[in-house]
Amino acid sequence: MSNSIPGNPVGEGQLERKDEQGEERGLSQGIVVPEHGAGPGVDPWAGEMVFELRDVTVSYGGQPAVKDVSMDIPRNEITALIGPSGCGKSTLLRCLNRMNDLIPSAEVEGEIDYHGQDLYGPKVDPVQVRKMIGMVFQKPNPFPKSIFDNIAFGPRVLGLGDVDDRVQAALKGAALWDEVKDRLDDNAYGMSGGQQQRLCIARTMAVDPEVILMDEPCSALDPISTGKIEDLMLELKENFSIVIVTHNMQQAARVSDKTAFLIVRLDAAETARWGELVEYDVTERIFTNPADSRTEDYVTGKVG
Amino acid sequence: MATGDIRAFGTGGPAGRRPVPSLEAPSPRYGEKAIRGLLALCALLSVLTTTAIVVSLLLPTLDFLAEVPIGEFLFGTTWAPTFTPADFGVLPILVGTLSTSLWGMLVAVPIGLASAIFLSEYASPRTRKVIKPVLEVLAGIPTVAIGIFGLIFLSPLIEPILPFMVKVPPFSAGIAGIAIGLMIVPIIASISDDSMRSVPQGLREAAYGLGATRMKVATRVVFPAAISGIIASLVLAGSRAVGETMIVLLVAGASPNLTFDPGSSVQTMTAFIGTTATGDISTGTITYDTIFAVGALLFAITLVLNLFAIRMVRKYREVYE
Amino acid sequence: MASLSGQPGSGRVRFATDGARAVTAEMLSEQPRRDLVKGTIFFALLLLALTVALVGLAAIIIQAAVNGAPAISPTLFTNGPSTINPSEAGFRPALIGTIYLILGVIVLVVPLGVGAAVYLEEYGDREKWWNRTIELNVQNLAGVPSIIYGILGLAFIVRGPLDLGFILAAGSLTLALLVLPTVILAAREAIRAVPPSIREGSLALGATQWQTIRRQVLPAAIPGVVTGVILAISRAIGETAPLLLVGAATFVTFNPTFLGDNGYSALPVLIFNYASRPQDEFRVLASAGVVVMLVVLLAMNSFAIWLRNRYEQQW
Repeated sequence: MSNSIPGNPVGEGQLERKDEQGEERGLSQGIVVPEHGAGPGVDPWAGEMVFELRDVTVSYGGQPAVKDVSMDIPRNEITALIGPSGCGKSTLLRCLNRMNDLIPSAEVEGEIDYHGQDLYGPKVDPVQVRKMIGMVFQKPNPFPKSIFDNIAFGPRVLGLGDVDDRVQAALKGAALWDEVKDRLDDNAYGMSGGQQQRLCIARTMAVDPEVILMDEPCSALDPISTGKIEDLMLELKENFSIVIVTHNMQQAARVSDKTAFLIVRLDAAETARWGELVEYDVTERIFTNPADSRTEDYVTGKVG
Repeated sequence: MATGDIRAFGTGGPAGRRPVPSLEAPSPRYGEKAIRGLLALCALLSVLTTTAIVVSLLLPTLDFLAEVPIGEFLFGTTWAPTFTPADFGVLPILVGTLSTSLWGMLVAVPIGLASAIFLSEYASPRTRKVIKPVLEVLAGIPTVAIGIFGLIFLSPLIEPILPFMVKVPPFSAGIAGIAIGLMIVPIIASISDDSMRSVPQGLREAAYGLGATRMKVATRVVFPAAISGIIASLVLAGSRAVGETMIVLLVAGASPNLTFDPGSSVQTMTAFIGTTATGDISTGTITYDTIFAVGALLFAITLVLNLFAIRMVRKYREVYE
Repeated sequence: MASLSGQPGSGRVRFATDGARAVTAEMLSEQPRRDLVKGTIFFALLLLALTVALVGLAAIIIQAAVNGAPAISPTLFTNGPSTINPSEAGFRPALIGTIYLILGVIVLVVPLGVGAAVYLEEYGDREKWWNRTIELNVQNLAGVPSIIYGILGLAFIVRGPLDLGFILAAGSLTLALLVLPTVILAAREAIRAVPPSIREGSLALGATQWQTIRRQVLPAAIPGVVTGVILAISRAIGETAPLLLVGAATFVTFNPTFLGDNGYSALPVLIFNYASRPQDEFRVLASAGVVVMLVVLLAMNSFAIWLRNRYEQQW
């Protein structure tokens, strides 16, 4: 389904990269390991990128939470951010749809491009950004309303037509339809945790975003619900680009196409701590043959 | 699950490309801004109210002070503003206010604090769940009803037993104090209970672990830990006592006597305003201005008490919440 | 213990064990007996205090009911006041006056109070000094004595800038300003209790801030807001002092209107007036009025607090 909102064409630089290295696109071949993140101009995957991050630093009240992250996030793939707690992976994720704007003291430096447009440009409207880049949170957060109204809320406030159809399609898309079709008017709080989280995913799908950000979506769920959501994610990437933050390394290994590993750094006096990107690569490589020994220590369970 | 269901969403297949939508707002959203402005105006109304209170108190007070020297007003010991020659020494009605408030606090502080300790440290959750709302409901009894209770029940009841408490029946500063005490007990009990309950359970467990008894935990651990909230409750209650009008109007009488004697009849600042401002007083007269001067003094006293209480409440919220 | 177990029969060990046992025994028996007595007395005192508080407050209600019983009859609601004939006197114009006053208060206080609360909780950046000023200001206003609001009403609403005269609407406005801080504080609590995850969920779908507030936050905060409004209104019903200053004259024998300039009355003011008269019949009448007022207020407060406790643990 194409979005009817007219917009800017894809940025020049992006097209050039595509032309130069277009044939190298693919996951299992032509892997170039970046030395430290993916620097500008080094684009090993050459697929179409959704996000391009350049030296992104996020601070809260002047204290950096994550520093100098540069990475490109491809379209229609699942990109995982892993790392120990406090490494700023959730902070980074929340920058991608400007949820950090809700915290008055948060500040983003560097550049985050979304299809070549600066996400933090002066004319950019955060509401418009969030319409295109949805988010699923750590703890399922259904609205205190009926199942139907939970999904219908988005289409209604955005003025999208065919609310009934959208609700039904979203619930089917999230593999929830068969479980709830007879109780659409029941309160969403009566659902199980796993169902609530799939409801939240369905709710996001119903407004037809391009990207879905997921902030540890399974951390509050049991293994069976987690499995269902992972299956769902694999199907969703056909039509959405997904960025997922996870604590669970097996989960990153199972679902993601690419994985970024972040660590916590302390300054000499151990007073300030911030996150840094260590390595960003095809998932298989991160887990089998990482370039950085710190990544290896983390994924093999030596630290973390 | 059929993949077709998903195809209804998203951006098309991996190779597909659509024009990148604009990130700019489709409309300037004037409505959002207008609503924000309207809501800010609502909030600003409270500042306007305060300003209006200060201005409406201050202007006539300045007129008043142009005629009565401030020293005579604050330190004079005779209050007869409607007599000729008039006396404008505010001390008798200031002391009247302090006296009724003091007797009220004397009644309410022990009862209120003990009730709070009981509710927070001794009562079972079930008892608490019943008693706390009952107290809150009783806190809503209008003060005119409490005043009537004092006038036609407490005063005749106490007079034969303790004649020194009611020297000019049925009026008495002490009886007014008891009635004020009844009014503020729920405030003290409720806020102190809240602040004692916000003391972390860990502190209690640590004390029990050292072999302390329940009484020691309540009085030596929880009570000191909750002290800023408890002080806040007492100060707020004091402020309410100072500002109470109907009870003193009904029970304390209307004689501006400079005394703390619980048995005598006194006039308080609020009672003076309440009796004097009801008549058809014309603006610009000294009597009219006097009401505002007394009001300004009352406002200043309660302002200091309220600001202090607000500070204490914030302190305990910062520590434990 | 390992080092001691090697020499179980040694006299020194036995000595040490006996000593420890004695100390423990003392701690477990003697001391607690004294503590038990103290603790019991303490507990008894606490219980006594709470009983005194509850009985004292309950006595207000019971005494009013007992004393006012003879006067409770339909004429209480249908007849107007009288200075000479207490047996025929009633509260009708005052009751109607109070109903009008309260209607005015509701109309003013609900939008203004909720609006201010929404601004302070959802829009106002607490880092900014003006927002902190507004916040402190509201907290302080909640503690300003009601008679001061009466002075404000007299100087600012009845006379002065607004110059409405001694009309019912002026009384309504005065009472509204009086209870506004209470409503703002209660509404803020209710709005703050809505978890941030609800707002995030809504904003992440591309809803604007106002859409989020209007369609998610406010509906979820309704029970708390309603509780606050009811408590504020019940306070306004019983408030007497400010009305004395803004013209709630007592002997109005006709039914008042909002803007009519020939006076209005209110239930608590008439009760106060009856109570200040020396004749017993009028005091009975005042007690009967108190009963009517208390029944309404206690019912309202009970409902409000039930509502709050019912929805307290929604999240």
